Amino acid sequence: MSQFVEALLLQSGYNAALVTIGAALLGLVAGGAGTFIFLRKRALVSDAAAHATLPGVCLAFMAMVAFGGDGRSLTGLIVGATLSAGLGLYLVEWIARSTRLPEDAAIGAVLSVFFGFGIVLLTFIQTMTAGRQAGLEGFLLGSTAGMLFGEAVTIAVAGCAAALALFVMIRPMTLVSFDPEFAATTGIDVRLTDLAMMALALVVTVVGLKIVGLVLIVALLIIPPATARFWTERVDHLVLIAGAAGGCAGYVGAALSAAIAQMPTGPIIVLTSFALFALSLLFAPSRGVAASLYRHRSFEIRVHRRQGLLAMARGEAIYDHFTLRVLRRAGLMRADGVATAKGLEAADKALRDEARWEIARQTHDEEAAVGRYDGLTPIEDVFTVDEIAMIDRRLRERTGGAH
Amino acid sequence: MGTEFVQLSLMPMLIGVLAAVACALPGNFLLLRRQALIGDAISHVVLPGIVVGFLVTGSITAWPMMIGAAFAAVLSVVLIEAIKRLGRIEAGAAMGVVFTSMFAGGVVLLEQSDTSSVHLDVEHALYGNMESLIWLAADGWGSLIDWAALREMPSQAPRLAVVLVLVAAFVFTFWKELKISTFDEGYALSLGIPALALGFALVVVTAIAAVAAFDAVGSIIVIAMFICPPAAARLMTDDLWVQVAWSVGFAVLSAVLGYLLAGYGPLLAGFDHAVSAAGGIATVSGLILAAACLVGPKRKRVGVVREG
Amino acid sequence: MIQAGVRALRRGAGLLWLARARSQPSTGAGALDACPLAISGLSVSYGEKPAIFSVDVEFPSGSLIAIVGPNGAGKSTLLKAALGIIPKLSGRVEVFGKSIDDARGNVAYVPQRASVDWDFPARVIDVVMMGLYRTMALFALFGSAERQRAMACLERVGMADFADRQIGQLSGGQQQRVFLARALAQDADLYLLDEPLAGVDAATERAIMDVLKGLREEGRTVVCVHHDLATVRDYFDQIVFVNVRKIASGPVEDVFTDENLQKTYGGRLAATHIDKLRVAAE
Repeated sequence: MSQFVEALLLQSGYNAALVTIGAALLGLVAGGAGTFIFLRKRALVSDAAAHATLPGVCLAFMAMVAFGGDGRSLTGLIVGATLSAGLGLYLVEWIARSTRLPEDAAIGAVLSVFFGFGIVLLTFIQTMTAGRQAGLEGFLLGSTAGMLFGEAVTIAVAGCAAALALFVMIRPMTLVSFDPEFAATTGIDVRLTDLAMMALALVVTVVGLKIVGLVLIVALLIIPPATARFWTERVDHLVLIAGAAGGCAGYVGAALSAAIAQMPTGPIIVLTSFALFALSLLFAPSRGVAASLYRHRSFEIRVHRRQGLLAMARGEAIYDHFTLRVLRRAGLMRADGVATAKGLEAADKALRDEARWEIARQTHDEEAAVGRYDGLTPIEDVFTVDEIAMIDRRLRERTGGAH
Repeated sequence: MGTEFVQLSLMPMLIGVLAAVACALPGNFLLLRRQALIGDAISHVVLPGIVVGFLVTGSITAWPMMIGAAFAAVLSVVLIEAIKRLGRIEAGAAMGVVFTSMFAGGVVLLEQSDTSSVHLDVEHALYGNMESLIWLAADGWGSLIDWAALREMPSQAPRLAVVLVLVAAFVFTFWKELKISTFDEGYALSLGIPALALGFALVVVTAIAAVAAFDAVGSIIVIAMFICPPAAARLMTDDLWVQVAWSVGFAVLSAVLGYLLAGYGPLLAGFDHAVSAAGGIATVSGLILAAACLVGPKRKRVGVVREG
Repeated sequence: MIQAGVRALRRGAGLLWLARARSQPSTGAGALDACPLAISGLSVSYGEKPAIFSVDVEFPSGSLIAIVGPNGAGKSTLLKAALGIIPKLSGRVEVFGKSIDDARGNVAYVPQRASVDWDFPARVIDVVMMGLYRTMALFALFGSAERQRAMACLERVGMADFADRQIGQLSGGQQQRVFLARALAQDADLYLLDEPLAGVDAATERAIMDVLKGLREEGRTVVCVHHDLATVRDYFDQIVFVNVRKIASGPVEDVFTDENLQKTYGGRLAATHIDKLRVAAE
């Protein structure tokens, strides 16, 4: 526990502190960039890109060794990863555009084939340079344990740069995610902005390879925006909340992993992120599960209550058990099925409102008002007291005329 | 040569073929239902299932682990649906949330528990270990009819054979139902076909295939087997039967060619060691798909043909 | 989610349907005495707004019936709920006096053309043979007997020459005819069609109406979700106005009035419709 607190306070070594800060920055940028990916429904495309980094990492390693380097330069590996992820993205787009295969199949094919080919190369490297094992396996699930100082600095710097890029592009990206057509009319190049979004996601992916690993990095792009979605309906708030959730998960996750032996960094960051998501899913005020279930139940009760009252007013028999239960619970009906005084009054009101609606629908032009004749909306919500009085006058005229 | 081949290569190849075909069969319907990535999600969550199965029973036998994995697969599908509907989150993102989190959970569990006595580690979970599936009891082709030797074959082979029979029985028994409900779910329901239950059964069958194949080829390469052969087959024909037949052919070809290339390719090229056979299979299936994308006779979406 | 699960379980219950779905004898003339489709107190919601609320309606036997109403008024929802394809919040549906699950052999449904992916690997004849599903045993595959029956249906809609065409190559009108042929293959006494005339060419519209009128002559009941008010008088005997609630229903000559149009479409919207109808009439 104390180790965890130490790690949280960045007291467990210089490298660990750098990694923790880097992870927090990475989470922040991933959450922000991921929001746009999420809104543009490209979540799993970035998973294909992440898996597609593996052959690039391996080929970059082999190339660097072939040219006499030691092959482990993080910058070199990142360049290789970017190139092959870019190729993967291009192929997904090409397959979906120029063949009849749907995009999801293209994503799955690119993801698994690039990964499979990467594994071929990885096993080749393992046998080729047994003595100089580059620890490339660490890119699969992230490994910060034996990280060099230079690598930690690279990650922290790249995290800062990506955060800066996100900050600069946040406005056009927000506009494009919210309403691409409108964005185009304000002079924003939608295609370019889309490309910039994918590029930012790609940067997050390759920077995150060393910390989170290519199998799970996509979680950082997906989970924080999905978490934030429960708390707001506004795009700008979404970006901020997602960034905060991602940064928080990165920070806490990295600290946890520094404090506990044998705890891989990537998975623990993902789990921390998921914990935030699960809490939001269950308990968020308006979109959360608890709130939705409550609302759905009360909606069902309203429908049955209303239908029951109308049936009562028209003297029709009610067979639906749930309707009967709702009416009894509300004190509108006695246990033996006879309407109470309160029930009769409510039934009268229901029938009167039906008649009022009928008048209203003929006299009022506004589609918006008439469109709310759905059986549940109280007429008082749609029309003013004066309007209802006028409707009632017409109602009397009509019934009067009929007599 | 014969003896060595039977001892070292026959079983991995056979297991690769069985796994590839068992995955390709349901893969055809997943592809047409726009659910190709369900295979992706399921194959990721097999890992936590296996780890939990091991932790609960403390046993390294295959069946508890398989049951755990199948349970995890079903759980993941239920969770994805729940998040999609209750949270009103788009399908891709819901899937991404669930399978990454469950996979992460599996890795953490694995690292934190003592599994050193078991051949269970993260690398194997990701890309399998086909090369270890050797059949030392065999001393040549004759062993295929020698009961004593057959009993010593890697247990994955008979297990995958059983799974393949099960998968094939499901697909062919419910062929009409699967076809109708995949094409037009509303119409299938109006005919009285329980399309939702059938869709769920398809997912369960997919999970069973994924779990059985996982053992041999690891979780990510299973995805290639679900998607690549059916996708390539779709580009060859406009007939469902023919498509399924092509996909089986492509699956067998990927498994055999992929294994041979990974096992013997590097040796022929003058290197000392073979490379990952599972990776080789995925790579070959990808090359087949690439070829189909470039020259497959039905690769294009057909437009409306105007009548003269 | 939970609802869907329960639904799936209920439908799947013990795979009993397998035993029941087969060999449903055609209900025969006796059953036709019962109302083909009687709906009472039917409410359905997507989320927290009713799509249809407390609808009571009976569709009379041997007639051609239009369901009309504005976009999003719940017309398709009414059909789907009647067929049990989507769950209902409350209410009862009776088909020939039975529950829909017991009457499926006698009901044919034509969904909206746009609701399926026409890039599916199938030929025209394959789609039409789907309509014969309930006459077939579990393992049976579609064979030459089925092909012959399906060809006869394709001939009725004038599509016999297209039997072996890939369905992706069809025009919109041809797709609609194929869907109709598939329903004809079911040889039902009640036909429920969702927008069968939407976006089809004039020739297809005539062909489809000829077939539907033919079905009526044979004493069958045909219900269409319909969007074109100008053709209601020519095509249909009965009309049901729907806008979340049932507004009115009955014979076209009695019920197709300006007042009901106004109630269904709201003041201004109805006015434009009514003007258009006048112009069309002149």
